[in-house]
Amino acid sequence: MGYQWNFAPVFEHADALLYGAVGTLRIFAICLVLGLSFGLVVGLMRYSRRRLLNWPATAFVEFFRNTPVLVQILWFYFALPMLVPFEISPLMAAALGISLNSAAFSAEIFRGGIQSIEPGQWEASRALGMTGLQAMRRIILPQAIRRMLPALTNRAIEIFKMSTLASAVAYVELLQQGKLIASLNFNPIEVYTVIALAFFLFLYPLVRATYALERQMARSDSGGD
Amino acid sequence: MTQPLLNITGLHKSFGTQQVLRNIDLAVQPGERIAILGASGSGKSTFLRCLNFMETPSAGSIELGGRMLGSEGRNGARVYAEKELTQLRQRVGMVFQQFNLFPHMTAIGNVMEGLRTVKGVAPAAARERAMAELSRVGLADHAEQYPARLSGGQKQRVAIARALAMDPELLLFDEPTSALDPELVGEVLGVIRSLAEEGRTMLLVTHELGFAYHVATRVLFIADGEIHEAGTPDEVVKHPQRERTRAFLARHREFSL
Repeated sequence: MGYQWNFAPVFEHADALLYGAVGTLRIFAICLVLGLSFGLVVGLMRYSRRRLLNWPATAFVEFFRNTPVLVQILWFYFALPMLVPFEISPLMAAALGISLNSAAFSAEIFRGGIQSIEPGQWEASRALGMTGLQAMRRIILPQAIRRMLPALTNRAIEIFKMSTLASAVAYVELLQQGKLIASLNFNPIEVYTVIALAFFLFLYPLVRATYALERQMARSDSGGD
Repeated sequence: MTQPLLNITGLHKSFGTQQVLRNIDLAVQPGERIAILGASGSGKSTFLRCLNFMETPSAGSIELGGRMLGSEGRNGARVYAEKELTQLRQRVGMVFQQFNLFPHMTAIGNVMEGLRTVKGVAPAAARERAMAELSRVGLADHAEQYPARLSGGQKQRVAIARALAMDPELLLFDEPTSALDPELVGEVLGVIRSLAEEGRTMLLVTHELGFAYHVATRVLFIADGEIHEAGTPDEVVKHPQRERTRAFLARHREFSL
């Protein structure tokens, strides 16, 4: 293959890439917080035996798990403004789509994690006179979150990568900026190589950090009681 | 007779169509130590668990300190408000067969937890109280250990300290030594014996006949969900009147002597 790689034109637009990176980090942060916290609420509703809580949560999970995020983002951007009295920005549309999708998936992680805690932990909490909410907050969730950490890390990585879908509604993030640079310089090969590496450089340290966190947690309690 | 601390009348419990407890009446005076014997599946653990509402009785009533718990429900079963039960459980401590320590907290963290979260005691005061309870069970020097680092006997002693920290009027022990290696049973029974000597009111489901004989003021033998025989340790353990009690005790002595 005689292709001459030339990365110089890509880095001439380093400021644009940096701007895109900031956009990527912003939507990642928003969707991580919204997606996981809403996922926790939905997961708790799914865990509940009350049908009034359980049923809407199940419907939510099934709907958002079984529709493509890209379609959701496009729908929020193009169709939702017809139904609500305010403007929907690209960030809002993309953040809604990604957050709700992540909420649906992480709800299942939370539900599974909570269910994996031995019934004896609930009993010991209740026997002390704790309410269900106190037991959940002090005893069940802290243990469940340790067990869920690998799965939640996967979720975070997914959210980070899904942020590229926001380029479909022209939200300024890394991929969107890359597309722009590629269309100016006709160098998609180098641009997308750089974008892919940039994502790797963001995510790999994040993953290493959670491994370290898991190891540290395993040290304080090695296995059941 | 003084007023009973606990007065149980006509207690029934079913799981689905299966009747586990039927028509249990029992009055417990303050300071009494009642050992509950019975084969596995006899309903003895379920009976204990009904007393702090880990299981909700299907019928019958329970009075604690002269106050009837719950309110009249529709089909004979009483209904219990969550708030009443959380308050009741602060007055009735329970120690489990499997310890059920909180693995993400240190020993002292476990003992402080009820004081902090349920009673709202300030951190310093809760720590001081928890330390006193750990000393009582001989584990002051293990306060900062996580449960994973403790032996079974030590775990169960922490669990006892955790229950004691709440100042319970009544202590329930659900086979507290059944999950322990034989050489660790003694240290846990020693702690329970010292609580007995303090005059605490307790109900104890156990397979330790000798311990029941020496420590209990009264022994109940439960079979098929009913109190089959009851009396002083001497009456029930040494001179049982009924055939099933004798057979049960004979089976146990085969192994323990």
